[in-house]
Amino acid sequence: MANTSVMIVGVGGQGTLLASRILGNVAIKKGFDVKVSEVHGMAQRGGSVVTYVKYGDKVYSPIISEGQADIIIAFEELEAYRWLPYLKKGGRIIVNTQRIDPMPVIVGLKKYPDSIIEKIHSLGAEVIPVDALKLALEAGSVKAVNVVLMGVMAKYTDIDKEDWLNVIENTVPARFLEINKKAFELGLALNN
Amino acid sequence: MKKLLLGNEAIARGAYEAGVTVVSSYPGTPSTEITEAIAKYDEIYSEWAPNEKVATEVAIGASFGGARAMTAMKHVGLNVAADPLFTCSYTGVNGGLVIVVADDPGMHSSQNEQDSRHYAKASKVLMLEPSDSQECKDFVAEAYNLSEQFDTPVIIRLSTRVSHSQSLVEIKERENIPLREYKKDAQKYVMMPAMARKRHWAVEDRIKALREYAETSKLNRIEWGDRKIGIITSGIAYQYAREALGDVSYLKLGMVYPLPEKLIKDFVSQVEQVYVIEELDPFIEEHCKALGCKVIGKELFTVIGELNTNIIREKILNIKTEKPISVEESIPIRPPVMCPGCPHRGVFYVLKKLKLVVSGDIGCYTLGALAPLEAIDTCVCMGASVGAALGMEKARGKDFSKKVVAVIGDSTFIHSGITGLIDVVYNKGNSTVIILDNSITGMTGHQHNPTTGFTIKGEPTRQVDLVKLAQAIGIERVKVVDPFDLEKFEKTVKEEIAAEEPSVIISQRPCALLKHVKYEGPLHINGDKCTRCKMCMRLGCPAISNKDGNMTIDITLCNGCGLCVKVCRFSAIEKVGDING
Ligand SMILES: Cc1ncc(C[n+]2csc(CCOP(=O)(O)OP(=O)(O)O)c2C)c(N)n1
Repeated sequence: MANTSVMIVGVGGQGTLLASRILGNVAIKKGFDVKVSEVHGMAQRGGSVVTYVKYGDKVYSPIISEGQADIIIAFEELEAYRWLPYLKKGGRIIVNTQRIDPMPVIVGLKKYPDSIIEKIHSLGAEVIPVDALKLALEAGSVKAVNVVLMGVMAKYTDIDKEDWLNVIENTVPARFLEINKKAFELGLALNN
Repeated sequence: MKKLLLGNEAIARGAYEAGVTVVSSYPGTPSTEITEAIAKYDEIYSEWAPNEKVATEVAIGASFGGARAMTAMKHVGLNVAADPLFTCSYTGVNGGLVIVVADDPGMHSSQNEQDSRHYAKASKVLMLEPSDSQECKDFVAEAYNLSEQFDTPVIIRLSTRVSHSQSLVEIKERENIPLREYKKDAQKYVMMPAMARKRHWAVEDRIKALREYAETSKLNRIEWGDRKIGIITSGIAYQYAREALGDVSYLKLGMVYPLPEKLIKDFVSQVEQVYVIEELDPFIEEHCKALGCKVIGKELFTVIGELNTNIIREKILNIKTEKPISVEESIPIRPPVMCPGCPHRGVFYVLKKLKLVVSGDIGCYTLGALAPLEAIDTCVCMGASVGAALGMEKARGKDFSKKVVAVIGDSTFIHSGITGLIDVVYNKGNSTVIILDNSITGMTGHQHNPTTGFTIKGEPTRQVDLVKLAQAIGIERVKVVDPFDLEKFEKTVKEEIAAEEPSVIISQRPCALLKHVKYEGPLHINGDKCTRCKMCMRLGCPAISNKDGNMTIDITLCNGCGLCVKVCRFSAIEKVGDING
């Protein structure tokens, strides 16, 4: 099988790392070779963060270059827009419709681009907007945004729901398990 | 069993399986998780040392004492540890000794992108470079064998993408390695001229033997493919090259110092055109060229930043990657910021207001250099703030010193600020040094340090008393202030810079991300009271933004630290619960 390349992008502190670990472990269950590349350190302090998950028969580079991602999962609109050039032709981008102003916008040096979802769409990418914050709150915690988005992503893989739930069970702390399971289901059930 | 592990976790696992019993490190991205993962093994004694020099010395002592030992650090940490490294090359080891150093090409979290391989050559120490997590683990095992066999410390060089990528690793049991006998041996372990002269011969013999070993070591391997193109590479660059170029021929070097000669010449003679693909400096390339091999390297590739598969495909195969989508609109960058509730914010707000020259240092607080606070003038290396403040004073005179402060974090002060402060006292400086004591080593993700009162395993221990420490070295003016008490903080800074002697201000408030720090939850801006004066925006808090002229607080980011309440002159900032009340 050709490798599948997934990018998870967002703002430091949003929980992108957990999402990439879940996805990585799901892919192992399917018997794939897997590489997950994370960001630690400075960028985690509210900077733009990107993690890469690649799986398939044999993965060499843990990094995805421009134009190579099959799927991008963006935790924030501006980050979706920033990393869009990494999407392959025919790739999909799942976007949490949340907006977090970066400091240059906060201090008034730059403008936060408007209508990002429409722009991504008009640039020819298949964009799937999701109000993951709302669904996470419905599941019981703002922190579950990442698992909601995993649920949305799950629809576009041929990995069984059971495998996902199994990995979620093994990755999230027991006391948050119910919330996270519900978050996953809500993401999965979404029709767009 | 196979597990998905970070390169750093695999190094830790490798240390565990190789029977290591002592590990001493100082944190630094991208190396930190190595020692954090090691701390989870009860069979290994682990610690955070005050800095990399001490960490390395502890590891050297443990090796002399007969144990397998390790120290891990980031690339610039090796500058600090260079002194023990160079002479430990002469003494050699007793129990195996491995120094792990993680480079940061692209400077994801660093102040420079130096290439550590030069250290191996300069100190004449064997260096290995793994390219994925499995190799990280395997190379550690091999490093201990080689260290003991050749009587040498071994450096394992990582880079951010190896350290911070997870890949599959086969897990094994721990090997039980008995402690080696300790024998007094001054000829080997006391490096003074008479002994060191002899040991230098041993070092040169060892390098010769290792060079021989490199020719046949299984750490260096050839993967034959199409012989039109041959690639000499190592580390993460190997992974990029394999993905970009597929089935060409590769000489993958796991041992980057000393490099083989015959193996390289043989490889080069059997392929049409050879390229050397390596990040940062032309280290392997220069070796090949010195051997008279016609290779192409930095003629095509940059010495700056990281490589990737697209660059390699483009340069070697001349295939441009099609970019299906390009975005024309300019996208605002998102630099890292001080977190909501960060205690450093109060400090820089005041320093900016007072228009001081701020001699900066390295830690979360370096973010005080960015807009809107823009309150830091310099940042060089850990500890530099104090010495540099004194240097400015000596260059520009005492009056100038009354406009200068040094800012330095608690961990950084212990790391290498103390010696600078002693210089200030000893040489009659006038500097004002602000120690930003947030009760933790923040930037690298919350490690304990000698000022926090806990060890790496979370056990309570004696805590360095910063006040007494400053007093003991001769600082008479020592003040402890809460940086969120803006008025008092400002008053204190003004007094101390005006004083005719050196002073230390300890700015004390814990990091907002520490579990025990509980603020009262999100605040809200009352639009009726807000006059849009934008004072709150000057704090550079990521939770406060200007939405079409109205200042608003993002409740998913705000923790209610209340600093903005103090700068608002119209009492417009309230607790969310108070909105209706
Ligand atoms: C020689 C060296 N070692 C390690 C690092 C990595 N590093 C950067 S800042 C820092 C510690 C910061 O802690 P502290 O001084 O307490 O400040 P905080 O981040 O908590 O504000 C470390 C370990 C470095 N830059 N240089």
